[in-house]
Amino acid sequence: MSNIFAIADKELRSYFSSPTAYVIIGLFAALFGFFYTAILDFFVKQSMQLQQFQMGPSSVNINLQLIRPVLSNASVVALFVLPMITMRTYAEEKRSGTIELLLTSPITNLEIILGKFFGALGLYSLMLLVTTPYIIILFIYGEPELSPILVGYLGLLLMGGSFISIGLLISSFTKNQIVAGMITFATLLLLWVLNWLSSFGGPTTQAVVSYLSITQHFDDFAIGVLDTKHVIYYLSFITFGLFLTAKSVDSERWRG
Amino acid sequence: MIEVKNVTKRYGRVTAVQDISFKVKRGEILGFLGPNGAGKTTTMRILTGYMPATKGRAMIAGFDVFEQPIEAKRRTGYLPETPPLYPEMTVREYLQFVARIKGIPRSERTGRISGAMEQVRLNEMADRHCGKLSKGYRQRVGLAQTLLHDPEVLILDEPTAGLDPNQIIQTRELITNLAGDHTIILSTHILPEVSQTCQRVVIINNGRLVAEDTPENLTHRLRGAEIIYLKIATHDDPVPALSRMPGVQRASVSKRNEGIIECEVESMTGEDIRRNLAQAVIAAGWGLLELRQLRMSLEEVFLHLTTNESNAETPDIPEDEEREIPTSNTKESLDEVVHE
Repeated sequence: MSNIFAIADKELRSYFSSPTAYVIIGLFAALFGFFYTAILDFFVKQSMQLQQFQMGPSSVNINLQLIRPVLSNASVVALFVLPMITMRTYAEEKRSGTIELLLTSPITNLEIILGKFFGALGLYSLMLLVTTPYIIILFIYGEPELSPILVGYLGLLLMGGSFISIGLLISSFTKNQIVAGMITFATLLLLWVLNWLSSFGGPTTQAVVSYLSITQHFDDFAIGVLDTKHVIYYLSFITFGLFLTAKSVDSERWRG
Repeated sequence: MIEVKNVTKRYGRVTAVQDISFKVKRGEILGFLGPNGAGKTTTMRILTGYMPATKGRAMIAGFDVFEQPIEAKRRTGYLPETPPLYPEMTVREYLQFVARIKGIPRSERTGRISGAMEQVRLNEMADRHCGKLSKGYRQRVGLAQTLLHDPEVLILDEPTAGLDPNQIIQTRELITNLAGDHTIILSTHILPEVSQTCQRVVIINNGRLVAEDTPENLTHRLRGAEIIYLKIATHDDPVPALSRMPGVQRASVSKRNEGIIECEVESMTGEDIRRNLAQAVIAAGWGLLELRQLRMSLEEVFLHLTTNESNAETPDIPEDEEREIPTSNTKESLDEVVHE
């Protein structure tokens, strides 16, 4: 346990000892802010119109009409950003030879992987934390419900965890960070748009493909519905990704 | 303390190490010698648990590195060829991290870290970033890292590579001082290093063990008759007189320069003729300028062993482009040397 923490701590420190963490967190906050402002602007106009013409529902739902699209957009931004966080995890250790230190220290392979996973997840959590002021503003001027927002953030965290587990796996394949980052990005993008394919197949294919699509499962979280089905999907996705990473690191050792 | 038993390692079709066995006793320094690409690093990586062997066993302090990796790794300090440093950490931060993953209790960490920095004379660099250190200091940080958890076994892959002569001497001294409490394997292709620091030598070539002995025995085994170099001041021809001496097989002049003659005297096997030779020179009224035994250096032993091996056994070994096989032809058979 303390070994996992030692590795996670080291990973986090290394993000912050270079501009990486600051650039990633800063730009994520800026993009989040842009989407937030744009959607808020649209939302305000819409609610004013509703008030003027007295038609449709008499009130607007801030959770559904503002927070949901903002979180959905954040999930897409995360898809772009997370490959940049995970690409160096293994690739850099392999390139610089520090992987020899880790693998010859009295810690297990699993501890190294979990350490790296939680390190990356820690940075991602900080990214999400930086967006809380936007939400706090909503509480000051409006009356959103808290629990759907928390569920939404949980969804972002779980989805990010899945992205990170894929990123770790791909980073363990190569010594080249750029290659790792690009392949991770392509894979994540493909998993996102996978449900587009569902229109080509029959009902069974459709169900399978849209189940696999990683972002499909986020929709329920975004509207604030906590469904164990989706939680289990993400948790098993993360476990599987980390398991494959362990196998990949191990097989590298055998092949030399 | 360290035991390698019939270890073989294959990378795909390429055999990097073939059936190597050796033992190292507690407190001993073993020199691991071989040309580039001979399999030194592979063997060390197997010993440290970095990679498993295809066949065979490696034991550290009684623990199999494959079956009980954590126990074995806890007792091993490993310095890879390039010190495994994180450039963005300072030396102290780096050592703190290593101390944590080596399982040193929190209360002991500070003491151990300053102790290790003391040992490798690193104190003035404690707050520098690892990435900004010179090669010599990186090597020292790497060495400090291996000493942190006070392991019983130290495995050092070319610890003096890339250091300046002063640093090399310091590192050697450090290694020699460590020998008492630690069992050390050190690989190198610098031969004087081995004769200076190691009690025993293992020579490998093309993934096979070609010799294992003390540096003295290795040089001795290959030396048939002893040759004595003699430098005298005279205008006479010393050869007839020297040849007639008892115990002398052959004498020849190698260089003649205005009354100074350099000659080589070959003795019968096993006879020390230095004393008689000196007396004879004085008795003849020549000026004795220099007299010394010409030893076959470890370098020659090494060349001898590795060259023969590659000539005799290449067909058995799969092609490996990375290997540089010395190709000069020497006539002696390897078997004479190894199985004498």
